[in-house]
Amino acid sequence: MSNKEIDDLSGTETTGHEWDGIKELNTPLPRWWLWTFYGCIVFALGYVIAYPAIPLISSATPGLLGYSSRATLDAYLDAAKAAQGGLVQQVADTPVAEIASNPDLARFAAAGGRSLFKVYCVQCHGTGATGGPGYPNLNDDDWIWGGTIDQIYTTLTHGVRWEADTDTRFNIMPNFGADGLLEPAQITTAARYVASLSGLEGGENTPEGQQLFAENCAACHGDAGQGLPDMGGPSLVDAIWLYDGSLAGIETQLQKPRHGVMPAWGARLGDTAVKQLAVYVHSLGGGK
Amino acid sequence: MTTIIPAPKAPKLEQYDVEPVNSQKRRQPLYAARTKIYPRRTKGAFRNFKWLVMLITLGIYYITPWLRWDRGAFAPDQAVLIDLEHRRFFFFFIEIWPQEFYYVAGMLVMAGIGLFLITSTVGRAWCGYACPQTVWVDLFLVVERAIEGDRNARMKLEKGPWTVDKLWKRVTKHTIWLLIGVVTGGAWIFYFADAPTLLHDVLGFEAPIVAYSTIALLTATTYVFGGLLREQVCTYMCPWPRIQGAMLDEYSLTVTYNEWRGEPRNLHSKKAIAEGKAVGDCVDCNACVVVCPMGIDIRDGQQLECITCALCIDACDDVMTRLGKEKGLISYATLNDYNINMRLSEGTDGRVDPARVRDTSTGRLIDAIRHTTWRSIVRPRTIMYFILFSAIGLGMLTVLSLRSPLDINVLHDRNPLYVELKDGSFRNGYDVKLLNMTPTPRSVVLSIEGLPGGSLSLADSKGESSTAIALDLDADKVLPLRVYVHAKDVQSAKTPFTLVVTSTDGLVSTARANFETPEPKK
Repeated sequence: MSNKEIDDLSGTETTGHEWDGIKELNTPLPRWWLWTFYGCIVFALGYVIAYPAIPLISSATPGLLGYSSRATLDAYLDAAKAAQGGLVQQVADTPVAEIASNPDLARFAAAGGRSLFKVYCVQCHGTGATGGPGYPNLNDDDWIWGGTIDQIYTTLTHGVRWEADTDTRFNIMPNFGADGLLEPAQITTAARYVASLSGLEGGENTPEGQQLFAENCAACHGDAGQGLPDMGGPSLVDAIWLYDGSLAGIETQLQKPRHGVMPAWGARLGDTAVKQLAVYVHSLGGGK
Repeated sequence: MTTIIPAPKAPKLEQYDVEPVNSQKRRQPLYAARTKIYPRRTKGAFRNFKWLVMLITLGIYYITPWLRWDRGAFAPDQAVLIDLEHRRFFFFFIEIWPQEFYYVAGMLVMAGIGLFLITSTVGRAWCGYACPQTVWVDLFLVVERAIEGDRNARMKLEKGPWTVDKLWKRVTKHTIWLLIGVVTGGAWIFYFADAPTLLHDVLGFEAPIVAYSTIALLTATTYVFGGLLREQVCTYMCPWPRIQGAMLDEYSLTVTYNEWRGEPRNLHSKKAIAEGKAVGDCVDCNACVVVCPMGIDIRDGQQLECITCALCIDACDDVMTRLGKEKGLISYATLNDYNINMRLSEGTDGRVDPARVRDTSTGRLIDAIRHTTWRSIVRPRTIMYFILFSAIGLGMLTVLSLRSPLDINVLHDRNPLYVELKDGSFRNGYDVKLLNMTPTPRSVVLSIEGLPGGSLSLADSKGESSTAIALDLDADKVLPLRVYVHAKDVQSAKTPFTLVVTSTDGLVSTARANFETPEPKK
């Protein structure tokens, strides 16, 4: 045991360690590997000194370079804000109807509007802006309060039936049935007449119905039921219904109308955000 | 109760027959220093072939970025350009866009099968001739020989004291090596930008920092791998020898020492013959060892380190010619042929007997000896690889030649799937991309087929819809569009139709899409 033990087969020295007759070869590592290893140690030392490395109780050693991932993130965010700063200001300075004439600005505004929509609007109007019963679909070409970008902008700014805003969009449909303004038979006649305007099942165009409509409904819904966006009176002649588009649904609405409410976003989000929302909603396909 | 404790016996001490495992005198260095190799210059057919391969490969590498290819005013005129910024790959008349990355995948599959094909036929030819490591080490050796002289001069210089001459030679050598590295790294970056502009910027210190860092990185790797590490890259770092070693079979060509004719080797063969000893062709001159850039002795048989550069063949052939013997003591041979010849040569005692492979009257090798010829290349395995390789290559060429440089991509809106409009019709929204993959502007018409009563509108057309829309595409650009399709009284909830884009110069591209509506009321 006094000499180096050389393995016969490989000609390499063994470490002398033996397990169940198997001996470990003491194959030397190449020198370049050793230098790589030392290099890594040197690098690690430098890294520990230069960068935050050693954990302390509530912080860590700051490192000579003063690097911090949080500060870097803040710098990135500031840079991102600075990068879009010009465009945000442009949106603020441009009248909402003129944003579309600058394609880059319109794209920026619509992208911002999309983000805002996902936060503030989807609760009622849905993620695809398709709405639901009582909540208008914003993709179609039917607009209760008008579908030009200025009208959308006004609706967004002041809301609908939002009492905190004195300029809010406001109208109210009388409780024809519940308040006894019309007899039950008259309600049925009027409902049949309205249903006939868009060819719904059960619709019946009678002179009585026509007269009831002219006396009670035309003031808000238009003489032909085509809707009056300035009054917020929905069109009754098209295929789109805010509530139930059937004879029974129309009767229910005549009996005791329901009224939706939309917050005034101008005061909450500021004018620039509302402009972006208006551009986005207008771009969904139904904007006039 | 009292316990009687026996008096302790005098301990019997045993002396162990042992020596510390890591005792001072047993200890050997844990880390093996590299033993430097001084390959001698060779002359011969394989060396000439390697010069040619070196010329071609280095030529391709350095010159390619400077080749020009006119693509008109709207695209770069560099023949081979990887335009990362605009995500385009230009290769002469071919222009590849990122979504056509499957061509690259196909190339990689071909490279894989090509590797099988080459390795199963000519062994590690890639390692020996075409690998950049081999080529650049060769180039660095040329510089080394030119400055420090051949093997013996270099060994003498290494051992000698640090004189002004030695210092001068070393500084010059390393400077030239570094310059080669700079040029190598410099050539690399020209593949990614317009070469003349970039060269001007690089020399004027106006190029982007990434250009300089790439040059620096490749300078360092070229210098370290080609100048300092050399054969260690192949032996320790590269996985290729292991992979290639696994793909060799007994019919692959390898550089082989033909033991059946060389043994028993003898440096003083004339004297030995006079003494009546059996003598093989190998005169044990070690010419094959001194020329080997990997520092091995090919006469030990096939080894992982052998890159099959064939320089030992040249060296040995030179010696054989001078001795008036047949060439090919070391030669490209298959293991199969070698084994057959070995069986012929081995006598009853299992030793090689030169008399058994030679015709005693003429002194020439007997006819039964198998000489490896080109026929070893042609066998079912290689034919299969070749067919696969060619089939994929032809397939890719076909796809490439049939592809339309005008393309249309359509993505249907998922939310909402459809929108009902005032007049009871339905509208579906699509994100459409029109791709003009040629360096010239195009006028196209977008239309729909297969949707009765259907019409098209763009997002900004304010509800106006038509059956076809005329559009202008910029050169080499994508035109993204919001397209609305309108239809009324559609028969089913999902109607397949086709969006067609037709250019004024006759190119047509189509995309399938669905028109969705709610289930029709029964």
